[in-house]
Amino acid sequence: MSKKIKVLGPGCAKCKQTFQILEEVIIENGIEASVEKVEDIMEIMKYNVLSTPVVVIDEKVTIKGRVPSKSEILDLLKN
Amino acid sequence: MFDWIQNLADWLVFDAFGMTPKEHLSEALNFFIYDSVKILLLLFFIISLMGIVNSYFPIDRVRNFLSRNKLYGLEFLMASLFGVVTPFCSCSSVPLFIGFVQGGIPLGVTFAFLITSPLVNEVAIGLFIGLFGIKITAIYVISGILLGTISGIILQQLKLERFLTPWVLQILENAQREQDAFQEEKQPFSKRLPIIWNEVLNILKGVVPYVIVGIAIGGLMHGYIPEGFFEKYMDKENLFAVPIATILAVPMYSNASGILPVVQVLVSKGIPIGTAIAFMMGVVGLSFPEAMLLKKVMTFRLIGVFFGVVTLCIIISGYLFNVIL
Repeated sequence: MSKKIKVLGPGCAKCKQTFQILEEVIIENGIEASVEKVEDIMEIMKYNVLSTPVVVIDEKVTIKGRVPSKSEILDLLKN
Repeated sequence: MFDWIQNLADWLVFDAFGMTPKEHLSEALNFFIYDSVKILLLLFFIISLMGIVNSYFPIDRVRNFLSRNKLYGLEFLMASLFGVVTPFCSCSSVPLFIGFVQGGIPLGVTFAFLITSPLVNEVAIGLFIGLFGIKITAIYVISGILLGTISGIILQQLKLERFLTPWVLQILENAQREQDAFQEEKQPFSKRLPIIWNEVLNILKGVVPYVIVGIAIGGLMHGYIPEGFFEKYMDKENLFAVPIATILAVPMYSNASGILPVVQVLVSKGIPIGTAIAFMMGVVGLSFPEAMLLKKVMTFRLIGVFFGVVTLCIIISGYLFNVIL
């Protein structure tokens, strides 16, 4: 099943970095998933988060307020 | 405590490089090596420490605490104290602001947090200990906390809610003291460590180049500017020095943390410490990029009042330090 990933963040350096890491992990491991950037603040606030960047996988908030590592993302996507 | 670093710098410059002591170039290089090693170690230590604290006390908990407890006026001080241990990235300021408003936390309390969080952060503390010693650092930290608290109280009194942007006002109307329990990530320390480590490296990577350049410039100035050079222009009697220094500092971004080593040299050459602290608070605490982000939730008028009150408090504390130190 293809996973839907969202990166929430108003477009700061950390958010871009997170987005890039996600894309790399997906390509390197041949994972079926789509990554989408969410930069609209009203949309971001629907997830009730206080710090960005945030990684949302299938509408579930997994990482907030920091740039994740590749292995972390891989673990999250495998489940 | 840092003697061994001085020995290391002495050995490198005078023995390994074979330079002659008491010359401008060798003294400047010695100062550069000593300062860089010392400051990088301190930065590493403080950032790691804050990272560990923050891993167990994330921002969500801060909000829940402030939202749930009635603190009878102490909430301003609490918000300000939380600001110290919570790292702050200006790109998070908007979600953070709205999250606090949603949780029914008063505007002034939110401001207290927003002021102290960038002002007293791990990078500033690490640099301060390295450059000015424990005593001045303690003064900086305590006055930063008080500054956030007092500015928050003043801003609360001004009843600024009406100057929020309309959609935030709507959120304010629906605000509730939320009861949804924050799902804490129950992780053992061994699992948290790599995450904290990663963050520490990221923060260091971001500031180290600026700090090194700052120390290098400071080192050059240290060797070449005569003692007491600035006393002529910026002595304590000069009433305009503090406001001018503060206002110059506000547009500078926090990456100007590289400026702190330069300021330290200026202080050793005769600029009063209060003027210098006011300048550094302006650099670290307020920035234009932050103002631009806040534009989404506040009208220009509110941002103006916010920055105005904080700037004023910084200027007052600058005068205060010049009198008492």
